[in-house]
Amino acid sequence: MKPRTLYEKLWDAHVVADLGAGEALLYIDRHIVHEVSSPQSFVAMRAKGRALRRPETHLAVADHAIPTRQRGTIDDPLAASQIAELEANVREFAVPYAEVNGPEQGIVHVIGPETGFTLPGTTIVCGDSHTTTHGAFGALAFGIGASEQSTVMAAQSLRQTRAKTMKVELVGTRHPLVFAKDIALALIAKIGANGAVGHAVEYVGPAISAMSMAERMTLCNMTIEAGSRIGLVAPDEATYAFIKGRRLAPKGDLFAQACKYWDTLRSDPDATYDKVVTLDLAEIVPQVSWGTSPNQTLPISASLPDPAEITDHSERRETEKALAYMGLEPGAPLLGTPVSHVFIGSCTNGRIEDLRAAAAIALGRKVAPGVKAIVVPGSMATRKVAEFEGLDRILTEAGFEWRFAGCSMCVAMNDDRLSPGDRCASTSNRNFEGRQGPGGRTHLMSPAMAAAAAIAGHIADAREYVA
Amino acid sequence: MTSFTTVTGPAAAMPEENIDTDIIFPARFLLLTAREGLGAHAFHDRRYHADGSEVAGYVLNTEPFRAPPVIVTGANFGSGSSREQAVWALHGLGVRAVIAPALGEIFHNNCLRNGIVPIILPPEQVADMLASAAAGISFTVNLEAQTVTVGNAAPVPFDIQPERRLALLNGWDETDLVLARFADDIATFEAGQRKIQPWLYPEDIEA
Repeated sequence: MKPRTLYEKLWDAHVVADLGAGEALLYIDRHIVHEVSSPQSFVAMRAKGRALRRPETHLAVADHAIPTRQRGTIDDPLAASQIAELEANVREFAVPYAEVNGPEQGIVHVIGPETGFTLPGTTIVCGDSHTTTHGAFGALAFGIGASEQSTVMAAQSLRQTRAKTMKVELVGTRHPLVFAKDIALALIAKIGANGAVGHAVEYVGPAISAMSMAERMTLCNMTIEAGSRIGLVAPDEATYAFIKGRRLAPKGDLFAQACKYWDTLRSDPDATYDKVVTLDLAEIVPQVSWGTSPNQTLPISASLPDPAEITDHSERRETEKALAYMGLEPGAPLLGTPVSHVFIGSCTNGRIEDLRAAAAIALGRKVAPGVKAIVVPGSMATRKVAEFEGLDRILTEAGFEWRFAGCSMCVAMNDDRLSPGDRCASTSNRNFEGRQGPGGRTHLMSPAMAAAAAIAGHIADAREYVA
Repeated sequence: MTSFTTVTGPAAAMPEENIDTDIIFPARFLLLTAREGLGAHAFHDRRYHADGSEVAGYVLNTEPFRAPPVIVTGANFGSGSSREQAVWALHGLGVRAVIAPALGEIFHNNCLRNGIVPIILPPEQVADMLASAAAGISFTVNLEAQTVTVGNAAPVPFDIQPERRLALLNGWDETDLVLARFADDIATFEAGQRKIQPWLYPEDIEA
């Protein structure tokens, strides 16, 4: 048999029918549902009088529209009615649901892994582009639209085009304050925001083996920002250790049997990829995005680009546009750019490891006057662990707000939004125009870098804040 | 899905890369749970000032591009969020085809499910079309023939997966199609997977 990559193995294991021309009907094992992208999917089900083929393979939660300042009440009537609609839908269609005020509520891409819903070797979809996150477990996980969700609900399968493959090899040793977020941003800066379009990306190398599941999730999460719907890490002992004992994970003999199967989910040694990119981690310093696309990212030590020095017409225009939107001067240093807001959270960086990294910088320090800094755990379970560890105290004593779980300021469709001209150091995934609120300006970075920006009141180098 | 017939009319030129779905349909309007009437919010923050007045000179505020059947744009249009509202909003605006050197993949699939034809062409060809679109030259997208015709120029062929083309031409519902054609294959797949990965069937384990 021809040697295969992990992606090809996952694909082959889920083909229900080959449709030719690179397309197949793929079986879908798991579907995560949130309040924003699913209403129209349920409407389509109802209109055709259809039932869910396998209700137990879905998991629903409210994360995007839900406020994170408080629990129990929702001020925005539109958000309240959207969440009420989700609750009516999950009752009508018997979808397992992580209750709004329950212990498992959180961001789809945080609670999937936390509950054991996310398992290696599965296909996982969600009406959310950051579904790439679950690829960290060796799952074929991708974002889909509401119409596709409806097909998955009714038919447990979906027509898909087979992707090409890209290997991203991480070599070298990184500085302790260089995180998966920095690696992801450096990769996107290198290959471009559409550098991985049409490719399934697999991350390999000794640095991956040594990485926590949280960091693997950050890497896979950000893969969509390079244009790829699929990021993958082969499952290993760290993966199994993470999964073992979680509520929805297989138990006892079944777990042992599953691990044996999961052991086969590795790219064959002589498998070939359509593209190979190598990153030397020793060369990566903390990264900060400066523009309105995630590839517009620079090392913290760099100066902003000067359009006058760019010869390519289209790149010059894109640079001018981004600098103008961001209110930045050509050629100015990135370091020292004042910020008005700091957001630590999201499906990219809202896990316990992220909160620990932020708290380590915040310990014994104060948020700069005039800066509004919020910390939003990715899930209520994460929040509980953080409180057990005392991270909430460290952060609130430093002047950060400590929130309930949700997407919060990553998506500007709940109470947390920037106003025009606000500048935010953010651990989220998108620095698009208006992403955090109309006219808002976003600088993407790691939790340690965002915490350092909060303390300094401007974009700062986290490496200078080590206790 | 409405069936696709040939469209002819002005094409809005958006000579910019990475026009993401947050630009096409800002997140705050995602609280609306309907899929009709979203065209009013398409490109909202590009089309309108904060006070609701129109941004003068923006292509969609300029005749004859207020309800363009075609958009010609830069690479990576529709990137970012998976929100299908972006496609529903474009459809609501009157858009039936998008031409670019590359498209966001989820957006691309969402177009196919909603009667919008995604057309990927080489950058040089798109650059020429951007200039023609800005000059107000009429575009014709013929899905039957798989061609784009700009003014009196020779028709330019484009690729589309044959079954997707048929579905668009006939306005077929994908879920209906899958259930009608593959119900047995799906059941067969499940029977096989149950044996190899029984832990994926919680409904069996709990019973």
